[in-house]
Amino acid sequence: MKNRLQTNALESEAIYIFREVIAQFDRPVLLFSGGKDSITLVRLAQKAFFPAKIPFPLLHIDTGHNFPETIAFRDALVAELGLELIVRNVQQTIDAGKVIEESGRYASRNTLQTTTLLDAIEEFKFDACIGGARRDEEKARAKERIFSVRDDFGQWDEKNQRPELFDILNGKIENGQNVRVFPISNWTELDVWNYIEAENMAIPSIYFSHLRKVFIRDGLIWSHADFVYQEKDEVTEERMVRFRTVGDMTCTAAVESEAHTLQEVVNEIRQSTISERGARIDDKRSEAAMEKRKQQGYF
Amino acid sequence: MMDVLKIATAGSVDDGKSTLIGRLLYDTQSLTSDKLEAIEKSSKQKGYDYLDFSLATDGLVAEREQGITIDVAHIYFSTAKKSYIIADSPGHVEYTRNMVTGASTSQVSIILIDARKGVIEQTYRHFFINNLLRIKEVIVAINKMDLVDYSEEVFNTIRADFQALNAKSTFKEQTVNYIPLSAINGGNIVTTSENMPWYHGPTILDYLENLKATEVHEKGQFRFPIQTVIRPKTSEYHDFRGYAGKIYGADISVGDKVCVLPSLNESRITKIHFFDQEYQSAEAGSSISIELADDINVTRGDMIVKATELPTIEKEIHAIVCWMDHKKMVIGAKYMLQHHSNRVLGKVENILNTIATDYSGKSPASELALNEIGEVVIKLSKAIYFDKYEEHKSNGSFILIDVATNTTAAVGFIQ
Repeated sequence: MKNRLQTNALESEAIYIFREVIAQFDRPVLLFSGGKDSITLVRLAQKAFFPAKIPFPLLHIDTGHNFPETIAFRDALVAELGLELIVRNVQQTIDAGKVIEESGRYASRNTLQTTTLLDAIEEFKFDACIGGARRDEEKARAKERIFSVRDDFGQWDEKNQRPELFDILNGKIENGQNVRVFPISNWTELDVWNYIEAENMAIPSIYFSHLRKVFIRDGLIWSHADFVYQEKDEVTEERMVRFRTVGDMTCTAAVESEAHTLQEVVNEIRQSTISERGARIDDKRSEAAMEKRKQQGYF
Repeated sequence: MMDVLKIATAGSVDDGKSTLIGRLLYDTQSLTSDKLEAIEKSSKQKGYDYLDFSLATDGLVAEREQGITIDVAHIYFSTAKKSYIIADSPGHVEYTRNMVTGASTSQVSIILIDARKGVIEQTYRHFFINNLLRIKEVIVAINKMDLVDYSEEVFNTIRADFQALNAKSTFKEQTVNYIPLSAINGGNIVTTSENMPWYHGPTILDYLENLKATEVHEKGQFRFPIQTVIRPKTSEYHDFRGYAGKIYGADISVGDKVCVLPSLNESRITKIHFFDQEYQSAEAGSSISIELADDINVTRGDMIVKATELPTIEKEIHAIVCWMDHKKMVIGAKYMLQHHSNRVLGKVENILNTIATDYSGKSPASELALNEIGEVVIKLSKAIYFDKYEEHKSNGSFILIDVATNTTAAVGFIQ
């Protein structure tokens, strides 16, 4: 038996939030992207309910444009922890004619996945969707609540949010509404990395430096892949790169890096002066890109 | 893991609040280069000859358009010593509820005063909220000293005015510190201003860095509201019943004699679990699960306390509430009261008064409108287990939920 448990304030807060979710909702689900934030969520959920299993499924909205390394990691994690995984594909949403695939240089399925997500919420009647968004990521997210209510259409009413006081969480909703829950709202990118390092957690290999076929556009390093649009004069080359954030291959830029171990990655983050969303092509569309997507139900 | 300190700021853009926050981020190298670029670009577009830090704080499109802060924003920065979270809220009277929200999670508050204007109505309101919420550390930041020739006399006059205000405070244990600033050029925020040699106190950051967590975090008796009961129902943990929750107030140890509310059944703590480890004791603030020596019925909404430290168990409460809903609070209305994980129906038995946030006193009232603060009596369908807010912040506060709309209509502080 160990001596005295000292509090890690952020970890304790996240565990508290997970336990409120399971107590206040009937059908919660954890939105899992395979990125470091959702992997951290899985670890925190494990801690919140141990020795019981995580009492809700994971939902992955698969755009079909994922890094294959992420998918392999996802499947291994689910198998190891004996979790239930639900996958819904953006391709099916496209095939059903509900959304139209974007075309051109900046074509991405990032926006399209909102429809697939809302369909999945409706299909399974999920009333709480737990996500790994953090307030430090982006200015619209800085205003986000921990329990964030969405209407029937999945919309976020940013100007009329429920007040959240102390740590009292009000999860009462009407039929058809759902709540997005953000247990690591108050973590920064560095907090997440420090935690991954302290817990010695496994993460997908693309977070570490590796040799990759890439091309350069607008000063950003894009991955070369069949479904990533590439002009003839955009020359494919090989570089040592890694990813700071894991989204689709069509909207996640790489950074040049020689960080091969967790410790080297964390050191690199500590010294870095470019924020992680600076490498997100989807945010560069306009100053209010995230706020607009959130109003429409984006995660 | 590093210490986390939460700071509440309130004010409008004119006070230089965004500049202060922007400076804190800028001078602690917490602004990333792409954010800084965005700020420089936008400052240029607007034709400013200084950095427009409001971009670092105002997040919503409507806020940037109108140049005002509407909702509470959370801003993060860290030093080698501590992680800081700023809950930045608007300062106007129509946003009182947002100020209360921002202050509810903070241990430190920064009240900004424009040196040219001195103590004004808004200062009263900010300080009143700090008193009401019992924020232990208050920094009175007297800004724009560059516009009053860095005058020590101006600083002293404002300090004296604020001290007069402080004399009306209902929270005498509060520490109030006065720091002269020139936020626009960073004076006394992170680096000492050379223009005010007469000031020998700390900079804002020095002051924050030297606060000890043990001094700012609330203390009280051990309170353990049950969030959920963990029952794995696997062969390995067949009879396991872990009572899961977060500890408020004080440490707990294996062997401690406890009492379960409302049943008043007594037992003893046999195990303290955190993830896959067992501990001899656990610190306040920890999210743990515990096992008891006796097989007694414990469910969500119950509370475990030490057997010799019972809270008040009552079906009627007197509280100060801050009203947060557009629909007014009226006598006789029913609400769902949430106190920790315990929800009970409540009826407004009486509204005694509204309390002016400018310290001008109480006036009789029969209803409470949005942003109004007043004393009320609420009758409950079942007892709750509480302490007075002044004795135990977390066990003395609650929210009221509108049963028709489900919205959080009020926050209350039990008297």
